[in-house]
Amino acid sequence: MFPEIGQFALALALGTALVQSVLPMLGAARGNSLWMRSARSSSIAQLVFIGIAFAALMRSFVVSDFTVRNVYENSHSLKPMLFKIAGTWGSHEGSLLLWVLILAAFGAGVALFGSNIPVALKARTLSVQAWISTGFLSFLLLTSNPFERVFPPPLDGNDLNPLLQDVGLAMHPPLLYFGYVGFSIVFSFAVAALIEGRIDAAWARWVRPWTLAAWMSLTAGIALGSWWAYYELGWGGWWFWDPVENVSFMPWLLGTALLHSAIVTEKRDAFKSWTILLAILTFSLSLLGTFIVRSGLLTSVHAFAVDPERGLYILGLLGVSIGGSLTLYAWRAPAMEGGGLFTPVSREAGLLINNLLLTTATGTVLFGTLYPLFTEALSGDKVSVGPPFFNATFIPMMLPLVVMMGIGPFLSWKRADLKGVFQRLRFIAVLAGLAGLATWYVARGGPALAYLSVAIAVWLLLATMREWAVRIKLLDVPLTEAIRRARNLPRAAHGMTLAHAGLAIAMLGFIGSSAWKSEEIVFVQPGSVIEIADFDVRFDDVERVRGPNYIADRGTLTVSREGEFVTTLYPERRSYPVAQSTTTESAIRSTLAGDLYASLAEPASETAAEQGAWTLRILYEPLVNFIWIGSAMLVLGGGLSLSDRRLRVGAPRRASRSTPVATPAE
Amino acid sequence: MKRAIATLPILIALVFGAFFLWGLNPDRDPNAIPSVLISQPAPDFDLPAVESIGVPGLSREDLFGNSDPVVVNVFASWCVPCRAEHAVLTRMVERDGVRLFGINYKDKPEDARAWLQNLGNPYERIGSDLSGRAGIEWGISGVPETFIVAGDDTVLYRYVGPVVGAEAEEKFATALAQARTRNGGNS
Amino acid sequence: MKWKSLAATMMLAALPFTAQAVEPDEILDDPALEARAREISKDLRCVVCQNQDIDSSNAGVARDLRLLVRERLVAGDTDAEVMEFVRARYGDYVLLKPPFKLETYALWLAPALLLLFGAGTVIVVLRSSRARSVADKLSDDDERMVAEILTAENEVSS
Repeated sequence: MFPEIGQFALALALGTALVQSVLPMLGAARGNSLWMRSARSSSIAQLVFIGIAFAALMRSFVVSDFTVRNVYENSHSLKPMLFKIAGTWGSHEGSLLLWVLILAAFGAGVALFGSNIPVALKARTLSVQAWISTGFLSFLLLTSNPFERVFPPPLDGNDLNPLLQDVGLAMHPPLLYFGYVGFSIVFSFAVAALIEGRIDAAWARWVRPWTLAAWMSLTAGIALGSWWAYYELGWGGWWFWDPVENVSFMPWLLGTALLHSAIVTEKRDAFKSWTILLAILTFSLSLLGTFIVRSGLLTSVHAFAVDPERGLYILGLLGVSIGGSLTLYAWRAPAMEGGGLFTPVSREAGLLINNLLLTTATGTVLFGTLYPLFTEALSGDKVSVGPPFFNATFIPMMLPLVVMMGIGPFLSWKRADLKGVFQRLRFIAVLAGLAGLATWYVARGGPALAYLSVAIAVWLLLATMREWAVRIKLLDVPLTEAIRRARNLPRAAHGMTLAHAGLAIAMLGFIGSSAWKSEEIVFVQPGSVIEIADFDVRFDDVERVRGPNYIADRGTLTVSREGEFVTTLYPERRSYPVAQSTTTESAIRSTLAGDLYASLAEPASETAAEQGAWTLRILYEPLVNFIWIGSAMLVLGGGLSLSDRRLRVGAPRRASRSTPVATPAE
Repeated sequence: MKRAIATLPILIALVFGAFFLWGLNPDRDPNAIPSVLISQPAPDFDLPAVESIGVPGLSREDLFGNSDPVVVNVFASWCVPCRAEHAVLTRMVERDGVRLFGINYKDKPEDARAWLQNLGNPYERIGSDLSGRAGIEWGISGVPETFIVAGDDTVLYRYVGPVVGAEAEEKFATALAQARTRNGGNS
Repeated sequence: MKWKSLAATMMLAALPFTAQAVEPDEILDDPALEARAREISKDLRCVVCQNQDIDSSNAGVARDLRLLVRERLVAGDTDAEVMEFVRARYGDYVLLKPPFKLETYALWLAPALLLLFGAGTVIVVLRSSRARSVADKLSDDDERMVAEILTAENEVSS
């Protein structure tokens, strides 16, 4: 009964989306305000219908209704409740339903909270959003119906891939989708602006909160995904440059560029056609990600069940949406007037370089990810493009960007005083260099690039803090006055400081855990002691424990340092009988200085196995937690910026034109 | 100039789209790896026989100077699909007079012996590759894999996975027929 | 297609040993040699896995290749010779860092070309901006005035 309601609700949503695709757009063209206003109720109706469908599917998972094929294939009655719920988006069909749900949520969000947006622009935007909706809802209903029944109903399900039965990963898709589907509304705004043929500072201000919201989610989603890979895969690695990771990273890179170029459009009325292009491309890359993950075009460790026919359908959707919007762009963009003027040394120029580097980096990742496909098509040869390529090309582009990030916020709009900036930053450059040298003195090993990177990360951190201090005149005026200034500072400014500092911190984590990681791989028997990074790890024993849907071998490790007890670690090797696979559950002792990471495996060597030995991997990953802390700061920085009253959704104020030359930069 | 730049994104997108369309071709297997051995001489290897099995071992010399192309099959008793393929190979030998050589990949001799006693032994020679090193020389990525080698020890064809099912068998038979005509032309 | 992927899954399931990547008994006694082996292994792609290097793969073939890499190193091969040894048997496909040759010129040069193209565009934009700003010279005072009025307004309204 419920699955049928869900399916019916989806059909209703499709119908609503169809009407919304046409009516508000026509209304905007003819000045019919009734038709334009229909977008509001139809957006909300779409969200309600898709919400019902989603709830119906979730209910099927929660009650383990195995008459629904999707539940049967991806769930099991013994699975813990959290993972039953997460199973809703664990399959291709379910995750696509989540996809359209978020699409509708962003549409409804603009309909409900976008009261400051001119009615015609809003109507057009929501119509464009409905085009995307129509495409994906029909895809869902025609090729990937999540409510399909099986007959006769099986007794129990096939269980979800145990690797995915994890809290971090359960939350990963919703956040990731919220991010990359969230860019849909920015895309819709851009297309609507192209149709209207008008874009100004106000447009950029309306779009900014939505961009920020999507960007924050995507940041959190990617960070969560790499955290999951870190603790679940038993390798201690957090980024593998796998195609599926790359396709979520590219919209993030370009979204970051968009976030910055939109600031210029908002404050200086410049970079207009560029901002529009970025808005289109960012969502295009999200769509590309959906396509690559679901079509089996490239080989990847992740990826859903592959079906070329579905791939063809999504490719069609891509063709219409990306092709259509870029054609519109080619037609309309040249007519857009360039706005505010600036000199080569100015905030604008700085942001231009930021955009140049971010876009080039995105292009490089895109090209590298797809290159194997290109050569295969052209010459039939298969090549692999792996982490060594991406590290060799991506890092050299990011380092100058980070150096720029330290300088950029000091530059004022239109025309900046570079000499003054350098005077302010001289001392910080020296400190950063010293930090690099100090690291070299302490660590002594690892690649030279690591020391340079440490210096650059410290540079960014200190320069960011310095900029904040300059703004509130910290130490120049009495403390109470500085605090008052800090309070009056727009939240967006605090947000920027926090986010930039977050990146610096995350960078220290990237460097520490890749350059100075130590690793021990040994056969152990009860009583064996392993020394790693001034810890002594004693392997005590292994016992068999039983979980709800798995059986595990759990090792006990006693960790001490210089004879003093530190902690006990329990790495596990779980085997899931229903899903017929095993996972390693690593045990981690986390501190700010670094993680002690242990994972357990059965030895491959038969002689070792006969003696009852185990293979133990112990890693020490210095500073690795800085990655997650830094990522959290990026997200919080975005959140602070989003809460700025000047951006508050619904604040009905027209953007001010330009700020005077003399006003300090913000 | 402005217009040219504005048109660039759509042009690039179209080129990408064309590649994607090509990539979705259902006959394309994104996981397939082309063999570097095709049209090359067979790799150097020398494998001893599986103990007390009644057929000799296999080395590169055995692939040279045959009048007809031979089939080299990499198999193991622990490999489930090999069992199904065994029947197909036996039929090829008995019905079509194919000369079949085997590489017993990472298999315990006693297991291989039991397996062959149970199912019958269609192989003329079997080399025992305990360490898997000959497997690497042949560039195999899994078991089973089957090669067609010309009389002058040139590797002509490689099939990854079990030659089982109408489609696979036909593909293999075609390749074998082609190999035979090539050989005929040479001699 | 479906049959093929099924077969691939079966093959993977049928591999005799499942180990967790590098095993203690593979590790060489000489730490310098072992470190080189690890680096090489990270640049070699596992042929049966979806997209993994042999260093982190637990497939049987990956283990064999790891052992082979170490064997070659012990025999005195240079890193490049070891790479070439594996490449000769499995093709360019196994190199995670694609070699710089005719087929990959485009790949390796793309980042630099993209950057150059972008930088060129930026310079053109900056030039045109400067040209216009020279033309607009007279309006500078006006603009300042407008801006002052706007700031004043903003302060009143906020």
